[in-house]
Amino acid sequence: MVEFRYRDDEVTEQPSVTLDAFLDQSNATAVRLEPDDDARKLIPFLDRLTLIEIAFPKFRDGRGYSSARILREAGYTGELRAQGDVLVDQIAFMRRCGFDSFAPEGSLNPEAVERALSTYDQFYQKAADAAVPVWKLRHG
Amino acid sequence: MYKYDNYDQAIVDARVAEFRDQVNRRMAGEITEDQFKPLRLMNGLYLQLHAYMLRVAIPYGTLDSRQMRMLAHIARKYDRDYGHFTTRQNIQYNWIKLEECADLLEELASVEMHAIQTSGNCIRNISSDQYAGAAADEVADPRPWAELLRQWSTFHPEFSYLPRKFKIAVIASPEDRAAMRLHDIGLELVRKDGELGARVFVGGGMGRTPMIAPEINPFVKADDLLSYIEACLRVYNRYGRRDNIYKARIKILVHEIGADEYRRQVTEEFAHVKTLGIDPPLAELERISAFFAPPAFDAADVEPDRSDPDFAVWLDQNVKPHKQSGYAIVNISLKPIGGIPGDASSAQIDVMADLAEKYGFDELRVTHAQNIVLPHVAKRDLFAVWQALREAELANANLDLISDIIACPGLDYCSLANARSIPIAQKIATRFADAERQRDVGELKLKISGCINACGHHHAGHIGILGVDKKGVENYQLTLGGSGAEDVSIGKITGPGFDEDGIVDAVEKAVEKYRELREGEERFVDTYRRVGMDPFKEAIYG
Repeated sequence: MVEFRYRDDEVTEQPSVTLDAFLDQSNATAVRLEPDDDARKLIPFLDRLTLIEIAFPKFRDGRGYSSARILREAGYTGELRAQGDVLVDQIAFMRRCGFDSFAPEGSLNPEAVERALSTYDQFYQKAADAAVPVWKLRHG
Repeated sequence: MYKYDNYDQAIVDARVAEFRDQVNRRMAGEITEDQFKPLRLMNGLYLQLHAYMLRVAIPYGTLDSRQMRMLAHIARKYDRDYGHFTTRQNIQYNWIKLEECADLLEELASVEMHAIQTSGNCIRNISSDQYAGAAADEVADPRPWAELLRQWSTFHPEFSYLPRKFKIAVIASPEDRAAMRLHDIGLELVRKDGELGARVFVGGGMGRTPMIAPEINPFVKADDLLSYIEACLRVYNRYGRRDNIYKARIKILVHEIGADEYRRQVTEEFAHVKTLGIDPPLAELERISAFFAPPAFDAADVEPDRSDPDFAVWLDQNVKPHKQSGYAIVNISLKPIGGIPGDASSAQIDVMADLAEKYGFDELRVTHAQNIVLPHVAKRDLFAVWQALREAELANANLDLISDIIACPGLDYCSLANARSIPIAQKIATRFADAERQRDVGELKLKISGCINACGHHHAGHIGILGVDKKGVENYQLTLGGSGAEDVSIGKITGPGFDEDGIVDAVEKAVEKYRELREGEERFVDTYRRVGMDPFKEAIYG
């Protein structure tokens, strides 16, 4: 269940299909990536997708962070959802990698999530979010 | 030395607040130990055999006297009056209370220090050459590049849940004092047509499966560096093994797909990443470099008076030439005979801070061999420095000799260890306590690990010792011929292991065999490479 969503458009009602199913049956608009799926396979189809769900079966498995950035770097603007073992302390990193909705398996305290997202005002590196990196602030 | 600006300080301060919140949630039972573990680990806090251990980052091993005094203060206030300098040029404290941890970090932040990413499956503290800025053979000071990487890697959102930990070293000399090719990424700064760039080596490491990193790129320009390293990491994050913790380091990926295929994938990824605008302008590297401008050297070139024989011995062993005439590099050995390698008391840490302030342009370095360096000391002050060190029991004249042992904390502290390391180091140093015999043996790098994770760098020891558990009894394997320097190599095991006393005897037999076989100026490792394992094996087991 989507607990946190940081976008204003309508939630996609269509259930997401696996990457293999999507590549076979290209009329779906929602797809789900497992950690070992190659996100780049979706690049030709990004304009027809409204939801890409990236699975985190274990929070320690960080492949989904790269998948998310690859999709955003390729210009995907639809919903990018982190689903599974998503914890409070991962959400800020996930936001920076381009995730804009979260469906954690365990329920998260909204206050703690808010706190985690507002802890840092400055970031050293450019990522998939709008944050301006510190080096750019230093040099304009 | 690098100085924080408001941005750097804000990030470190925010980290303290965040960690305080995480500790509070853990103590209130809101998160489980399993959930807390990766959070505390990303902040250098380990749960060890007896207590929490906190590892504090010393970026590229460089610090000033104010920071050094803070390390002493922390040892006094939060620990048992001592700290342990590590092979990653960090310091760790062994007796930390969870509830005091946030206060401790707040004190560290007040002197521009932190414990960020000193553990966990993320990019760790960047290590470098302890003689940076002082070595005659460097093409540039490597530390600005290390600082650039420190900032880029701090809270990197994509690379904080890597398959396994990730260590980067930066050097700028043909002589490798940082075991560069035994890192996940090793960078060697080089000049090409006058331009400074980096040779990039990827996939080295010690641990269960030691590997020497192959060269992946002969020259990456400064303004491509972060894109290139980001590409290296992204390939690893996506394709590094996650099915087996022992096969999760990048060395296994590079080894399994081969350096050529890894290079191909990185090149492809780099072509894409380079379009994203993640590289800071060169002005940022220049801004950082300005902090590392050479100090105002002005001492006349006077040779110290060698009439005190103990001082002369220390000069010859622990003091190294500086690129500036009139100056020298002072190595402070934290390896007294019978002591714990890398340990220093609060009082000793303060003494070293005072000496840096008074005689050393306020700079100190931590070495991967667990010693301390005063990189810029005027030759005219060497005698005074030595006297103060001797007073503090810090004038051990054994740099790079057999008693200058690298040892991990081992089973005395570490929850991963299979065997004790410290008592073995103590026994070997005691066996070779005769200073003249040690000097006659010459350069001999002896390194001890208490388990297969190889924190004591045994693979890179001219003589290496690995503690294992053999049916509930500590057993020690012996390796010969490793090196972490520019002649990098992985040691080979001699044969069956030994008990605690047996390993000390075996080391002595190997050393005596070397003395018998050596030719000319050969070091132990040179003789081993010339004659091979057999004569040593015979001496040890025959």
